[in-house]
Amino acid sequence: MSAIETWALTLAVFLPAAGTLAILLVPKKQESAAKVTALIATGLALLAGIFIALRFDYSNSSSLQFETNVPWISAIGARYHIALDGISLPLVLLSLLVTFLCVIYSWKHFPEPHNPRVFLALVLLLETGMTGTFVAFDLILFFVFWELVLLPMYFLIGVWGGPNREYAAIKFFLYTLFGSAFMLIAFLAMYWKAGTFDIVELSLNNPGFAKSTALLVFGGLFLGFAIKVPMFPFHTWLPDAHTEAPTVGSVLLAAVLLKMGTYGFVRIALPVLPEAARSWAPWIGLLAVIGIIYASLCCFAQKDLKRLIAFSSVGHMGFVMLGIATLTPVGINAAIFGMVAHGLITGMLFFLTGSIHERYHTREIAELGGGMLKKLPILASLLAFISFASLGLPALAGFPGEFMSMLSAYNPAPGLSTGTFRTFMVVAGVGTVLVAGYFLWMLQRVNLGTVPERWESTEMHDVNGYEYAAWIPLILLTFICGVYPQIILGVTDGAVRGVTAAFGG
Amino acid sequence: MRLMSILMLSAALFSIGIYGVLVRRNAVLVLMSIELMLNAVNINLIGFGTWLRDTAFVNAQAFVLFVIAIAAAEVGIGIAIVLAIYRNKASIAVDEVDSMKW
Amino acid sequence: MVGALASSVSVASSALLGAAEAAAEHGEHAAAVLNGPNSTLKLGWLVVALPFVGWLLTLFFGKRSPMRGAIYGVTALGAGLLISIAMFFQVAGGAAPYHQKFYTFDIGGYEVSTGFSFDSFTVMMFAVVTLISFLVHIYSLAYMKDEVRFTFFYATLSLFTGSMLLMVASDNLLQMFVGWELVGVCSYLLIGHYWEEKPNSSAAIKAFITTRIGDVGMMFGIFVLFFAAGTFDIGGINGLAASGGIKHGILLAGATLLFIGVIGKSAQFPLHVWLPDAMAGPTPVSALIHAATMVVAGIYLVARNFDVFRTAFALGPGGPANVVMIIGTITMLIAALLAMVQDDIKKVLAYSTVSQLGYMVAALGVGAWTAAVFHLFTHAMFKALLFLGSGSVIHAVHSNNMSDMGGLRKEMPVTFWTFLIGSAALAGVPGLAGFFSKDEILHFAFHNHYYAVFGVGLLTAALTALYMTRCVSLTFFGEFRGHGHPHESPRLMTVPLVVLAVLSVTVGSLNFWGMKGFGVWIAYAGEQHVAEFDVVAMLAGTAAGAIGILLGLWIYYWKKAPQGLLDRVAPFRWAHTLLMNKYYLDDLYIKGIVRPVQYSLSKVAYWINQKIIDGVVNGVGVMTRKALAEATYWLDQTVVDGFVNDVANEAGEAGGALRRIQTGKAQQYVAVAVVATAVLVIAVVWAVR
Repeated sequence: MSAIETWALTLAVFLPAAGTLAILLVPKKQESAAKVTALIATGLALLAGIFIALRFDYSNSSSLQFETNVPWISAIGARYHIALDGISLPLVLLSLLVTFLCVIYSWKHFPEPHNPRVFLALVLLLETGMTGTFVAFDLILFFVFWELVLLPMYFLIGVWGGPNREYAAIKFFLYTLFGSAFMLIAFLAMYWKAGTFDIVELSLNNPGFAKSTALLVFGGLFLGFAIKVPMFPFHTWLPDAHTEAPTVGSVLLAAVLLKMGTYGFVRIALPVLPEAARSWAPWIGLLAVIGIIYASLCCFAQKDLKRLIAFSSVGHMGFVMLGIATLTPVGINAAIFGMVAHGLITGMLFFLTGSIHERYHTREIAELGGGMLKKLPILASLLAFISFASLGLPALAGFPGEFMSMLSAYNPAPGLSTGTFRTFMVVAGVGTVLVAGYFLWMLQRVNLGTVPERWESTEMHDVNGYEYAAWIPLILLTFICGVYPQIILGVTDGAVRGVTAAFGG
Repeated sequence: MRLMSILMLSAALFSIGIYGVLVRRNAVLVLMSIELMLNAVNINLIGFGTWLRDTAFVNAQAFVLFVIAIAAAEVGIGIAIVLAIYRNKASIAVDEVDSMKW
Repeated sequence: MVGALASSVSVASSALLGAAEAAAEHGEHAAAVLNGPNSTLKLGWLVVALPFVGWLLTLFFGKRSPMRGAIYGVTALGAGLLISIAMFFQVAGGAAPYHQKFYTFDIGGYEVSTGFSFDSFTVMMFAVVTLISFLVHIYSLAYMKDEVRFTFFYATLSLFTGSMLLMVASDNLLQMFVGWELVGVCSYLLIGHYWEEKPNSSAAIKAFITTRIGDVGMMFGIFVLFFAAGTFDIGGINGLAASGGIKHGILLAGATLLFIGVIGKSAQFPLHVWLPDAMAGPTPVSALIHAATMVVAGIYLVARNFDVFRTAFALGPGGPANVVMIIGTITMLIAALLAMVQDDIKKVLAYSTVSQLGYMVAALGVGAWTAAVFHLFTHAMFKALLFLGSGSVIHAVHSNNMSDMGGLRKEMPVTFWTFLIGSAALAGVPGLAGFFSKDEILHFAFHNHYYAVFGVGLLTAALTALYMTRCVSLTFFGEFRGHGHPHESPRLMTVPLVVLAVLSVTVGSLNFWGMKGFGVWIAYAGEQHVAEFDVVAMLAGTAAGAIGILLGLWIYYWKKAPQGLLDRVAPFRWAHTLLMNKYYLDDLYIKGIVRPVQYSLSKVAYWINQKIIDGVVNGVGVMTRKALAEATYWLDQTVVDGFVNDVANEAGEAGGALRRIQTGKAQQYVAVAVVATAVLVIAVVWAVR
């Protein structure tokens, strides 16, 4: 492995953090210099990511690549162990890309109280945390990255958020922290039993917990991850956080942060505690499908466009979790596909709501009043397109994940009750109808109809250059992933087989 | 017996000094009384030095020289403070200088 | 415009060359490929691809292109039609099916492949879809000329055609499902074309959601068959089903679930409610999507997977009653009855379509594969003709309602004659297309001992003749009841009508009794079928049609029927009310399901979310904060801080007492010091002594 390959992953993770420092050194007056610094830092990180993607050995996606493993805190045996496999790679690329696009988008869209310097510095710090979580193979390192994400997001919501931002920010922070406390306890339990924090070693030689202990430890992990996903009934922080967060914050939250929870299940909970996972799986599946139906119903009741999309996120993550709960290769492939698709689609939806809010100065569906296709044809067309992607239209990115997740529920891993999971499948199927229902109803109320009087004389500009630059990659990827799902499945499949080998799937 | 008489002299001088410090209101006189007390100590030092047959009388004499030097400095500073007080209060009565309480 | 046409043609021809090169990969010389026995079948992918290219070009460059973007769709479909006709002649000449594989991918232990399969059935569908689509593209040039979003309309029309072709060409269920859903979304976009009006967009949503309910069932059916056969491949699944490789229970479940999709897409009872509402879209769309092509997707699905259905339901002579047959029979009758009472000419045709789809489903349910497919084929011709004809009328009188029409035969002769031919074909007048296909179905029902289907089929045939006579009488005869001066439509609209009228007269003879025609060319899995002359079916069918037509003429043309029957006779009145309210099915769905979900259930869920779940979260938060804070505060104040405070207080009090000594007077201090020293000295001396 050449030097550049050794360092590529570390660079991709820490370039944004370096960017944070660089931005803080920029004098306060020079906003554009701060923006350029942020763009360069995220751009370089993305380039590092693309380099990794190009040099990645796809025929061997289940083994760790671009590995760095050196002692870090030797007193407790924690190591700086980062690497990539087929499960991490799509998520790493997703977070690098979305952050880069966020920086482009925020070029001209800074929410009050402005201050791009600090805003971008926080976004970059967030990027390091997110990317790091997806590549960390040491529990302590994982935990550090995991918690690193909290603080910038807390400030993004709490400072640049909407009217009720402080409540939302604190709720987000405390709720996640509450979960991660249990997660940490579970990590420590594993450490005391197995004597290592290394995820690879733990996956190879599972800590030999007694059955009841293993269930408890899994429960700790479950709390930590499920709150982050978020799964019903731990989801209530999400609508509040999304409603209050600035556009870029919402995009990152939806596109990447939620994936950390599901990734945790796939990376840590299932491989390390396979037996406990099997016992927990029906309950996870149950919560997942309740979440699908329940979130869809809540969507019907929403008056705020952004809150509606936030609830739809809960439903979509339900499909992802259903896939994971089946413990089959199909299901987990579906889950990872679903994560990436949800990142692209919901990220884009939040971008669009942000831009709509910027033009109308309101997100109330009743106040928007319809006729957006007349007033802002391109923006409205994009909203329609991405809504169709979100409701799972085939040939767009939303479909393969949903389809495969239900497919896997038809035939779950050995040892799981087929009847139970087929019931889940049917319930999830009803969910897809509801999803279509609320999205089409939303489109009818926002896009269609005539322009209400109050907006008729208001000057509004359709999509501008920065928005095009930030959105076109997402739209293209939504299309490509839908038409050629192999682009993701080909990467994940090998690695997923490694995870599910323990379940006989 | 020679030591005894020297100690008596010293004690008398010291008592006069204490008396002066405690009862005189004039700050300059208080300072002079302090000088008396210091000199009483000096006499004591020399007397004991001789009585102990300190072969070269070095220790006692060194102490005494020290005390004289410090006393000189002390009087210098003391007089300066008195002068400063006088400038502020147009008085050098020590019982009127009570601003250092608490 | 000529230049653009030329450039489009050159694009098409270069694409053709590309196809030839692709085919040459199989180790054959390009020229040889184009002359081979199934050579044009290898161009089938191009027919699918062309409309998609047309869609993209129209969408992105349409507004700056000649004919406001319609050029791309017309060219693509024209080329597609030519290739399809060539393909049709090849399969009629006995060309072997051609199977084209694209890429395969792995979804975790299961290979999923994509590809096209061109056999005679597919090619027939290609011919139907490209023909109707091409004619609709031409017709719309005039019909949509002054309408909003002309370019977008054409883009979506092309996308629809491409998706439909993708669906019928698919060699596997997954890819078919993709096309199946895509035509659904195009249908949504086109029904809601005039989205400024809320009823239109609501109709679009209703169509999408209703069909999607069916789609979910179909998706589960695909799952069942996929895990039973280990593949999505249609050939593989059907082969396994036919050879008994799949357990009967599983096969039954899979077939039934797939059939739910058919109920949704092909507007069968009880999910037929969306199709009449779908008439909110422009009339050419109704002709293409809601009569000739998309709604027959369900028929195509069953016919394409006929081995699954045949084995699962034991179809064939003397087979038991099955869900396919029952649903089809119910649908054909109830829809025909509904068509009797409609005033909107398009709704008459819409219910007629539902009814005819029921005919096809029932035909499949009695095992009459060829009859069902042949009826699909002929129905596409004359129903598209009727819709386009009604469009021509609507274009002239600016109203959908037959109460605003009447006496139009003089002003619109071409429309009248073509519409009359279409109606006659639908009513089953001997010699025309509908007669032969309907006869085939009745014949099968009778001979396979499905007498209920036979009886209801005859009744439906009579009703069909009756309502079409009513429709023609009200529209073209009598006095004109509308406003303005209607006139014949332009050539662009009448030429497609004439083409379809000619086809409606002639295509029936493709399956003439005893002729090795349609049933031989288009055969399922090589089971060729030659139509037989059957005197019972022929006479019964003809008699039913005649009775219907005479009854219709008696009531609506000669107006000899006693007036006011509906008001005077209670059962008639009740029946009329029931029909006017569409059997109250819409009310049941809207009030029983849609509104509760939309408003009540959602409110309850959200209330639970905010008050209970979030209430618990907030409650825990508040309680933690309060309780923990109170407890800590108490601990802090009384215990921890109590000690500190005590110390501080004591010190303070002591200080207060001692403060009095400190006077600031140096002499007093010295005095104290002296006294204290004296005391100390005395004490020491005392102690030492």
